[in-house]
Amino acid sequence: MIAEQLITKTKPVPPFGVGADETLPRGAEVLLQALVNEGVDTIFGYPGGAVLHIYDELWRYREQVTHYLVRHEQGAVHMAEGYARASGRVGVALVTSGPGATNAVTGIANAYMDSTPIVVITGQVPLPLIGTDAFQEVDTVGITRPCVKHNYLVRDVRDLAGVVREAFFLARTGRPGPVVIDIPKDVSAARCAYSRLDHVAFPFREKKGRPDPTSIARAAAEIVKSERPVFYVGGGIVNSGASVQLLALAERLQIPVTPTLMGLGGFPSAHPLCMGMLGMHGTYAANMAVAESDLLVAVGVRFDDRVTGKLATFAPRARVIHIDIDPANIGKNVAPTLSIAADAGEALAALSKEIESHKASTKTGIAKRAGWWERIRGWQHEQPLRYSGSSDKIKPQSVIRELHRLTKGRAVITTDVGQHQMWAAQFYPFDGARQWITSGGLGTMGFGLPSAVGAKLARPDELVVAVVGDGGFQMTNQELATAVQYGIGVKVIVMNNGYLGMVRQWQEMFYERTYSEVDISVAPDFVKLAEAYGAAAFRATTPAELADTLAAGLAHPGVAVIEVLVSKEENVFPIVPAGANSRDMIVQEP
Amino acid sequence: MRHTLSIIVADQPGELSRIVGLFSARGFNIETLSVGSTLDPRWSRVTVVTSGDDRTVEQIVKQCERLARVREVRDVTSQPHVEREMALIDVSATPGAARQEVLSLVSVFRAKVVDISHTRMLIEASGNREKVDAFIEMLRPLGINDITRSGYIAINRVSHEEGSQESEVESQNESYAAVLHSDS
Repeated sequence: MIAEQLITKTKPVPPFGVGADETLPRGAEVLLQALVNEGVDTIFGYPGGAVLHIYDELWRYREQVTHYLVRHEQGAVHMAEGYARASGRVGVALVTSGPGATNAVTGIANAYMDSTPIVVITGQVPLPLIGTDAFQEVDTVGITRPCVKHNYLVRDVRDLAGVVREAFFLARTGRPGPVVIDIPKDVSAARCAYSRLDHVAFPFREKKGRPDPTSIARAAAEIVKSERPVFYVGGGIVNSGASVQLLALAERLQIPVTPTLMGLGGFPSAHPLCMGMLGMHGTYAANMAVAESDLLVAVGVRFDDRVTGKLATFAPRARVIHIDIDPANIGKNVAPTLSIAADAGEALAALSKEIESHKASTKTGIAKRAGWWERIRGWQHEQPLRYSGSSDKIKPQSVIRELHRLTKGRAVITTDVGQHQMWAAQFYPFDGARQWITSGGLGTMGFGLPSAVGAKLARPDELVVAVVGDGGFQMTNQELATAVQYGIGVKVIVMNNGYLGMVRQWQEMFYERTYSEVDISVAPDFVKLAEAYGAAAFRATTPAELADTLAAGLAHPGVAVIEVLVSKEENVFPIVPAGANSRDMIVQEP
Repeated sequence: MRHTLSIIVADQPGELSRIVGLFSARGFNIETLSVGSTLDPRWSRVTVVTSGDDRTVEQIVKQCERLARVREVRDVTSQPHVEREMALIDVSATPGAARQEVLSLVSVFRAKVVDISHTRMLIEASGNREKVDAFIEMLRPLGINDITRSGYIAINRVSHEEGSQESEVESQNESYAAVLHSDS
């Protein structure tokens, strides 16, 4: 039936390669129809020669699919990521061949590291030109191969609908990630009958693990009787939607929880069981608890070096139960004593069910852990997250605190990478999953603004704030034009300290204050820049102005940029120096 | 430790480079690599000989299993198996004693002469690692001009029973190696 609809919509196109029956839909239309069938209604993209047929078709599909024209392809992919992470759906980006594809690579690698489900469609030169160093030709599948879950070069239009279906399946199944579909120009022009392909027989096995009952039983028995347990939880909680199961289990057993950077919001930060983030810039209590723990229950995490520091001394007294959907994450950096390769939510639910048969030991276990909680409360009291105030300079931490107060903790926050990112992670207690969208694994400056645009489109009724630094903002600030063009009312807080702050901090602390190439104080006037793009602009220069300026900016209905001049040489604390062990953490300015 | 991995992957363009790329990107070692078709034309078998401790090899297996078009990864080494490699060897063999020496080695190792000129011979030899290595070592003093090796292919044994044809051949090969090593 759909094919019939397609036929009536089709009109002749310039002949390209295949001289097939012109009443059949061309590849571009097959692509669009396949995307619609996957539930796609939003695409971020940038046109070019190799995707002209697709853009031509996109125009005809504009009632069903809204395309957002970005200003740089990196922005398109970050928007798709922001959209995916805010909504849990698959984000879609569309770019042309050659430089379009290479510009998209940073976003694709970012999505790969942070397990974000996106499908990126790239144009390619026509099949006969592949391998001839043609204009705007690049080996896209070759370049993206190490940073995708899978990619395709579609050589036959008859494969296209099935490829799209499989791509979406792969992007969202198991450990989510990016999938690239490279479509030669003549394939998007070639004609073929479209069928909906309800039952595509994928030539590979489905790799979704179910929790193994024996391992669940053993894990439950260990957890209930442990004396100094810690739940170390990450992005897998968010991707799985396992917050409810985690909360239930932690509360039932009264076990402390520490989320990773990617896991923030997966467990409510203000909950008494939450010790705050762990790792390089984690809280003293969380890092001490992991160092002293006798049982680390790691869920949806991959033991990243920013979490573990020196592996040999990470959680030295702990047995480790590792639950992750990706079997390759298990045993990669830390060899667990027990592992469960499964979806976080399913595993946690199975554990909860299992501990029901340990009622007595659950009760004695909770009693046994009283001493453990005393020590944790001691660490929290001894070294809380803190910063020194100032009467004349705006402290960057205070900006985040104020933002939290003004938004009642309910905003969706995106960030770039660096000091402002860590302060946002530390001083904005996130309540729920998908409220925090940051570049964790790849550490991509410039992620904040475009991911905020994508997030705002996914959740139009919510306040979406990009917290960025003056460095990262200048990497993608052209996407203000995209936001203004479509009236996507994101708010951008630019924490301006005139430095590449995190690099400067490391140079100060570990390179005898040799400030090598970190001064970026020659920058555009961010208020004028924002106004030039047609956004509203605000600036706070003194602590007295901060609250009102932030409030005014956040209340502005459209796109708003709020520049905050913050103290220039503020450092992020605590810090565990790279490759050190968490006991070497520097808690505050010496 | 040396491990032989058997990877069943879809016979499609680019799939081999995914596997090879994964090895280099993650710093895994490839000693030999060979690719060929299986009974089902949709699937190829990639045989990789790699080395590393158990954890590294486990990680290699898991990383390969993540690939969408990989159907199965088996560490053949962990079970009884047969492993073979083929070598084509261009060796100097002038008429007379040298040629006789080459021919007698060819006979001892059950190799084959596949081409000959006035001064050289092309030998085809196959067997397990020890046998092929030993054969090459024996030929070396005669002057090897060129050599090409196929990389290992491997398959699990159909039976663990004693006296199967395969194991007889295997033990024969082992005894050749033993004899020849004691000789040198």
